[in-house]
Amino acid sequence: MHPVLKLVAQRVALGLLLLLAVSAVIFLGVEALPGDTAQAILGQSATPQALANLREKMGLDQPALIRYFHWLGGILTGDLGKALTNGQDIAQAIGQRLGNTLFLAACAGVISVPLAILLGLVAARYNGRWPDKLISGITLSTISLPEFVAAYFVIYLLTQLIPIFNPVAMVFPGMGFWERLHAVALPVIVLVLVVLAHMMRMTRAAILNVMQSAYIETAELKGLSPMQVIWRHAFPNAIAPIVSVVVLNLAYLVVGVVVVEVVFGYNALGQYLVDHVSKRDLPVVQAVGMIFAAVYIGLNILADVIAIVANPRLRHPR
Amino acid sequence: MKMPLSALIGLILTGLFLFVAIFAQWLAPYPIDAAVGGVWESPSATYWLGTDTIGRDILSRLIYGAQVTIFVAAASSVLAFSLGSILGFVAATQGGWVDQALSRLVDLVMAIPSLIIALVVLSVLPLNLTVLILVMGVLDATRVFRLSRAVAVDITVMDYVEAARLRGEGGGWIIFREILPNALSPLVAEFGLRFIFAVLFISTLSFLGLGIQPPLTDWGGMVKENKDALVYGKSAALMPALAIAALAISVNLVADWILSRTTSLKGGRGA
Repeated sequence: MHPVLKLVAQRVALGLLLLLAVSAVIFLGVEALPGDTAQAILGQSATPQALANLREKMGLDQPALIRYFHWLGGILTGDLGKALTNGQDIAQAIGQRLGNTLFLAACAGVISVPLAILLGLVAARYNGRWPDKLISGITLSTISLPEFVAAYFVIYLLTQLIPIFNPVAMVFPGMGFWERLHAVALPVIVLVLVVLAHMMRMTRAAILNVMQSAYIETAELKGLSPMQVIWRHAFPNAIAPIVSVVVLNLAYLVVGVVVVEVVFGYNALGQYLVDHVSKRDLPVVQAVGMIFAAVYIGLNILADVIAIVANPRLRHPR
Repeated sequence: MKMPLSALIGLILTGLFLFVAIFAQWLAPYPIDAAVGGVWESPSATYWLGTDTIGRDILSRLIYGAQVTIFVAAASSVLAFSLGSILGFVAATQGGWVDQALSRLVDLVMAIPSLIIALVVLSVLPLNLTVLILVMGVLDATRVFRLSRAVAVDITVMDYVEAARLRGEGGGWIIFREILPNALSPLVAEFGLRFIFAVLFISTLSFLGLGIQPPLTDWGGMVKENKDALVYGKSAALMPALAIAALAISVNLVADWILSRTTSLKGGRGA
């Protein structure tokens, strides 16, 4: 087998193993905590007989390990079980919402990635001068804000001071694409702000790192303009770290999306998760938590694979 | 070494926040839960920052909220540090399967976003201060573990640790008397960053309605209570949001300064 292919296969296999371990944590780890699903449904005043009946009905009287494999098998075949609160089929409830979440995250990704790379290039070009200081200053302050705080600043700015947008992001099935875009504009702006800072700073750092190489000095000495040096020599060599940082930050959207959906009342997966945490609906929480964890781990694997493919030096570990 | 202006501002603001948090009971002009005015009144001489969604004084609630926010964040970062650094040092000094087991466990927990784990766990556990501090502390301990293990791995190979081993000192001595004093400066700088992370974490949980529960209040919860105000053009939700931002930024400034000082001792900060 080609050595690169082998490394990639190894990385993917490791990721799948990790995912399996994560599923065990999400199911068995929660099982080990004090607290009881039957008790949660019936409340503190339930009689022992009622509790025992419910446990038997839900299969809770079986050993945790057997229920874990049952649950895992269900997930692999697309059966996520039923919600405790209303008996609704979880897979069905998730379908539409997952689409909404992915739409939001995709919009944020499409805008933030080119913008972050562009700003990173500009900051690296004017390293230490005012454009760099301005960009770095702004991104540094957005880094230290939690998503929902950034969201309220943006809402205040764009619905009150300069009223262009609606503070609630509603999307309906059957809504046109452009209508949809306008509806999610505010949450997308917030998500972009949240991930932009990290991406831009790492892009800048990666380029500045390459700028110290001897061949950059040669390029400067032969009379290339600073932008040409960056574009022709520094950027191609910095692409591997930049791409992996970009993908890692897209993984970070997973967390941002949960909070931002709640802020804007956007009916999607994150909102669904938070709702059911407060309702203590464990099957829903476990299923949605597993989806978020899988996306996160998947993007992490992707970042590693891209790094392996793009950077020959990583193909020969010591 | 002269202190940069930004670090000085950060230090003063951080000190101010701590002062307010400690003496909240004496500083707050109104009780925490009394509806003293109309709904969403604008800032005035009586209510400096206006009133909230059911007419409580926002300044007073901010002051009490500072106490809860800072206490919970500080408690969970202290827990994260004690747990994470001791386990990190043990992993580094013991090596072998102890190191492997602890490191792989930490890898596993860090493979899932903290917020997602917290949400899964909090859907089972009761919501109270102790549980919140424990959950946040344990989740954050994984990051401290990685740092302290990495620092301690470099220290355990030093001659003075070898000397202590040869004269027959136990594991406790080696960890607390040989490694800890030498690992302290990077850990102190990290403490500031972990504290901010804890502030943002508890604020986010409370904002989602899964953190501090009434009658107690914290800043994240206050943003949640007043979020509808913005639609009507009232600034009530912005005050606690600003407080969170100000605390995060000022601690950041201080931590940055400590970080640049401790690393400059080793000859430069690197890129």
